Amino acid sequence: MNGRFTWFNTTSLTVGFVFLYLPILLLVLFSFNESRLVTVWAGFSTKWYVELFKDKAFLDAALVTFRVALLSATVATILGTLAAVVMVRAGRFKGRTLFSGMIYAPLVMPEVITGLSLLLLFVAMGVSRGFWTITLAHITFSMCYAAVVVSSRLVTFDTSLEEAATDLGCTPFQAFLKVTLPIMAPAIISAWLLSFTLSLDDLVIASFTSGPGATTLPMKIYSQVRLGVTPKINALSTILIGIVTIGVLVASYLTRRSEARRKVDELLAES
Amino acid sequence: MNISPAKKPSTKFLPWEDPKQEPLVRFGNVTKRFGSFTAIDNVSLDIYEKEFFALLGPSGCGKTTMMRMLAGFETPSEGTISLGDDDIGSVPPYKRPVNMMFQSYALFPHMSVEANVAFGLKQDKWPKNLIKERVEEMLSLVQLEQFAKRKPHQLSGGQRQRVALARSLAKKPKLLLLDEPLGALDKKLREQTQFELMDIQEKLGMTFVIVTHDQEEAMTVASRIAVMDHGKIIQVATPEVIYEYPNCRYVADFIGDVNVIEGRLNSRTDSGIKLSWAEGQNDISISNNTERSADENACFAIRPEKVHVTHEEPLDADNRIQGEIHDIAYTGNLSTYYVKLSNGIIFKAQESNRRRLANREFTWEDKVWLSWRNTAGILLD
Ligand SMILES: Nc1ncnc2c1ncn2[C@@H]1O[C@H](COP(=O)(O)OP(=O)(O)OP(=O)(O)O)[C@@H](O)[C@H]1O
Ligand SMILES: [Mg+2]
Repeated sequence: MNGRFTWFNTTSLTVGFVFLYLPILLLVLFSFNESRLVTVWAGFSTKWYVELFKDKAFLDAALVTFRVALLSATVATILGTLAAVVMVRAGRFKGRTLFSGMIYAPLVMPEVITGLSLLLLFVAMGVSRGFWTITLAHITFSMCYAAVVVSSRLVTFDTSLEEAATDLGCTPFQAFLKVTLPIMAPAIISAWLLSFTLSLDDLVIASFTSGPGATTLPMKIYSQVRLGVTPKINALSTILIGIVTIGVLVASYLTRRSEARRKVDELLAES
Repeated sequence: MNISPAKKPSTKFLPWEDPKQEPLVRFGNVTKRFGSFTAIDNVSLDIYEKEFFALLGPSGCGKTTMMRMLAGFETPSEGTISLGDDDIGSVPPYKRPVNMMFQSYALFPHMSVEANVAFGLKQDKWPKNLIKERVEEMLSLVQLEQFAKRKPHQLSGGQRQRVALARSLAKKPKLLLLDEPLGALDKKLREQTQFELMDIQEKLGMTFVIVTHDQEEAMTVASRIAVMDHGKIIQVATPEVIYEYPNCRYVADFIGDVNVIEGRLNSRTDSGIKLSWAEGQNDISISNNTERSADENACFAIRPEKVHVTHEEPLDADNRIQGEIHDIAYTGNLSTYYVKLSNGIIFKAQESNRRRLANREFTWEDKVWLSWRNTAGILLD
């Protein structure tokens, strides 16, 4: 393991990180700029944040986004979990390969196509587009991600635990609720978080499926940027980055702590 | 931990010999197929109340499948399984008064030891105070009182195994199934746990069915053993009978070590029958199996520990053969001598090492005599 910090390694690390984070750093920095111009630094100020919170259009968009994300993540997680259970547990049935293939397909489908096809569907059905159509669309694609996350945990799940539960008097459904679900909880929570973030930052599909009165934050940002970048957008983006960062940190802290605790427990058990 | 080996009851426990006894479990011509593969092939078997019944056999012979049919995880393709007076063939597992201790223990990782043991009782809606009492009773039975609040991953392998046992005993099942319960334990702990299991079975007066790979384990704990092969039951008998009177070569070979000599029965005497087996060698005389008639082919089987090794010809022995020591396997307490007979057959003889290694009497290429009493071996087909 010698030479971990050779000249070459250090340089590539630095270049990589600068490449990744310089744009974000600039964005955060300029959100505190006094000047209206995004390229000239004129001193520190938080006035753009104040303005952001006075802007009703932005607040509305934020509300829509979070409501869509909460609802679609929840429904997608439930449906995704059910799909995962069928894929992993049902054994061989006719059309199983087709079924699991169809679950995974939307992961690699270009978003434009997913969005367009959903738009065509909604138009054909004569549904008026808005909050509900965005939510439905988000459920459709994040369900696949949820199914993948949950099924990857489910394949390693020891089915004798469920058998033990039925042996002790649970019906198969009770066994699922009392044993499988609690043990699967971390995977289900991460499926939910993934669906939530996917919904939060989706622009393409939301643009196709939204209607008047239902604008999500990414859509709002995109349309504003076309009129020119304002520090207000920077402020909004900084807040979003903050939320995501906190989420990631909390999640990794939780997993690391439970991991560490388990190690300690196992050491205790050996002694 | 104190071990008190289960005392054998003073009056003999032999319900299978009593025609008035009704069996607790009855397999009636049970066949189980997985697709086109027959895992259990037309098995009929009775298990009696308070028995400690062992299923023994090589990997893949269908032991687990038998257990899973008793627990209700598999339904027989043909035939009936009854428990007491009820046909349980198609009763789901959660409605059977049968509990299983899983090979992997299958402890619920998100619950404490206490909650694991209480799980089945809560499911049956026992009153709270009774659950508490029962859990305490079970934990003290397996000596885990001080671990009640721990989670399964905070326990050692042996402790987990005892939690699994306590959990499967808690509901007082009519029948407890143990699928290789001691597989994951080391030899010392395993032997100790075997005695604990026998003790618990005796104390609670329950019926246990155990699956094991380990013939010594089966011999130690079981009241009767069923030896299985390829989905069939080959012999069901007490450990003593299985060992001393196996009904075929397969069973003799599977349980313990055995020497087999093929030959032809040639003459009957008052004291038994004689087997001629090689040119220029004395016939082997056998005093049991007297129902066999002369003039047919047969196998003579004898356990290595019943064969003596001596330098001088033992003139008073019923049977004696000369040979040369080909190999010696030293296992500490015992030495097994592989003796080559004049016709090339290797014959195993076992002596316990009462002396130290340095004083050993025999060494490689010694000419020795093998001898045994005419009651020591048996005839097989
Ligand atoms: N669900 C199943 N589908 C298909 N075949 C099966 C199934 N369960 C068991 N078998 C087959 O039935 C046979 C008996 O299996 P079983 O698990 O009862 O063996 P076992 O005696 O318990 O072996 P081991 O000692 O290795 O545990 C095996 O050949 C196995 O492949
Ligand atoms: Mg098995």
